[in-house]
Amino acid sequence: MRQGLLLAMGLCLASMTPAEAFTAYVSNEKGNTISVIDTGSFQVIKTIKVGQRPRGIELTKDGKFVMVAVGDDDTIEMVDTKTNDVVGTLPSGADPELFTQDPTGKILYVANENDNTVTIIDIDKRLQLGDVQVGVEPEGMGISPDGKILVNTSETTNMAHFIDTATHKIVANVLVDSRPRFAAFKRDGSELWVSAEVGGTVSIIDPVKHQVKTKISFEIPGLRREAIQPVGINITADDKTAFVALGPANRVAVIDAVTHEVRKYLLVGQRVWHMAFTPDEKYLLTTNGVSNDVSVIDVANLKVIKTIQVGELPWGVTISQQ
Amino acid sequence: MTRLSAITGMAFLLGLATGPAAAAEPTEIKLGYLQRAEHQATLSLIATPAKDDGIAGAKLAIEDNNTTGRFTGQHFSLEVIRVKSDADAASAIATLIDHGVRMVVADLPAPALIAGADALRGQDALIFNAGATDDRLRQEDCRANMIHTAPTRSMLADALSQYLVWKQWRRWFLVVGSHDNDKLYAEALRRAAARFGAKIVQEKVFEDTGGARRTDSGVALIQRQIPVFTQGIQSYDVLVAADESEVFAAYLPYRTWDARPVAGSAGLEPTSWDPSHDQWGAVQLQNRFIRDFSRTMSPRDMQAWTAVRMVGEGTTHVPAADARGLLNFFKSPDFALAAFKGRPLTLRDWDLQLRQPILLADGRMVVSVSPQEGFLHQFSELDTLGIDRPETKCHLQ
Repeated sequence: MRQGLLLAMGLCLASMTPAEAFTAYVSNEKGNTISVIDTGSFQVIKTIKVGQRPRGIELTKDGKFVMVAVGDDDTIEMVDTKTNDVVGTLPSGADPELFTQDPTGKILYVANENDNTVTIIDIDKRLQLGDVQVGVEPEGMGISPDGKILVNTSETTNMAHFIDTATHKIVANVLVDSRPRFAAFKRDGSELWVSAEVGGTVSIIDPVKHQVKTKISFEIPGLRREAIQPVGINITADDKTAFVALGPANRVAVIDAVTHEVRKYLLVGQRVWHMAFTPDEKYLLTTNGVSNDVSVIDVANLKVIKTIQVGELPWGVTISQQ
Repeated sequence: MTRLSAITGMAFLLGLATGPAAAAEPTEIKLGYLQRAEHQATLSLIATPAKDDGIAGAKLAIEDNNTTGRFTGQHFSLEVIRVKSDADAASAIATLIDHGVRMVVADLPAPALIAGADALRGQDALIFNAGATDDRLRQEDCRANMIHTAPTRSMLADALSQYLVWKQWRRWFLVVGSHDNDKLYAEALRRAAARFGAKIVQEKVFEDTGGARRTDSGVALIQRQIPVFTQGIQSYDVLVAADESEVFAAYLPYRTWDARPVAGSAGLEPTSWDPSHDQWGAVQLQNRFIRDFSRTMSPRDMQAWTAVRMVGEGTTHVPAADARGLLNFFKSPDFALAAFKGRPLTLRDWDLQLRQPILLADGRMVVSVSPQEGFLHQFSELDTLGIDRPETKCHLQ
């Protein structure tokens, strides 16, 4: 009997071994903090005070720093991931909102929302290398897998600008639907996805021909078309499944990234904008700005399994690679 | 979107989706702005409209359009003409047409606006009403070449009423001014009360007996006058004031006999825009405006900005010279303007009124935005504000 009990306990413990634990950093736009979440326990383990209006947030590729754009302070702060202290800043230009790194993690491209500019920074040297004039209210930043093209979207100009990263010149502009917010390339570089918040669609663009191939629309029973406002886009590494945050529709759309058909809608918190995968793509964390929480999606089973309370008006999320 | 229009649209987009700023000369798109000669004097010192009220909003949108225009090979410009009378409106239109303008934004009283719209007839042109709230301009006096970015009195009254009913402040004491505009606003408020389930328990007229609006120590007299005027009223929840003529409403808050909130022309006011509006990315627009014009953005500025941005959006999809094509685009499901109000603005095809959420502001903060949750509509919740399709008296021609 005792042996059976021990065996049962052993089996229980084995199946309960948690997935590898990673660390998620969530920027809280109104709270001026970063909530640090342990993805093993799904608990907030620390709250870091940062500058004013933190939005874009990303870890350096070596995992040593969290970069967070504090727009009202006109800078990007660097948080040391070991000590959780703000240890430096990057010369981001005024009012930085979103940014992205090149594949090597050496160059940072920043959207300066108030100035209609994209600022280019050397991360190690913490030096500004140049800038590009783009459309009105730049936000979305997507870098091609080969690092040669940076795509920036302008909210009021309704365009995706293709910028050659070697020459810093715009080589193409593609018109998308109203108020584009986010741009993401597929890992194989075959498609660029751009969300239009007010237009309510996601445009799938051929990045070579610079043409819109198709558009994805969303339909949720009982919800007005106008309430469906796509923002963040996250595509799995195998380019087969895409997740799109639908803002005040309070749902994340799950899309077959090959056929571009919507498979499912997952109900999360209020005003879901940005998301991040854990490195093993087991979980997808979403930031729900108006309900001040983060939802955890079990990617394999397409189920929302947990909600974690964070700071005020959570905006972006980035997850460590180890 | 039909297949043909999809293909045409794609072809146009392909044309646009080429290199950086076009090497060839950009297409010139000229807009006109008809400015009203006088603004209503206001009781509150800080409510005085700026000299360039409305014009500044149009200029900011020209700048925004030109930023996009760098990529689409278009250049926008604005010509401003001040209009003193109805006759002036017609001759101003003639001047603009002569200068190659086909899109006119107007902030004029209704009669001058109608004169302007009629002078534009036969030209391949459009006029955007960015100032007048008269319902009759969207009803009996509607015109097929006149688009409205200004809200109507009925939209403003409906927006306010929905909130008051949501708050369960259903018993209203309605105070109406003695001028025609005040009576029109009161009419819209009575309609809204009936529509959404509020009850006007008592009405009173505040006569304009003339005299100076602002006197040096007048506040002592007002402090006595208002309580007496509002004494002995049937039990009510909120005092709703209809005073477009700026005679009394600003004096009501905190002076009524009973401790009651004020709404309408003072206190909680329905409006298309407010300098304190900071939701849905509005801070970006507010900042750009203040940076350029060293003052805050008014409702007239926003209504003009919206009109000029409509032209910008439209000419990205349809060549500028074709007013008919532009109008069809505005009426189509492809048109959706982002205007920092949380949902896309679209055009009502029965009276060419731009659908829009309405802000309820107290002069310092935005308290709420209508339409309120719970007021349903078969087609668009924005159509719970104003005159709906089955009710319209407009026959566009």
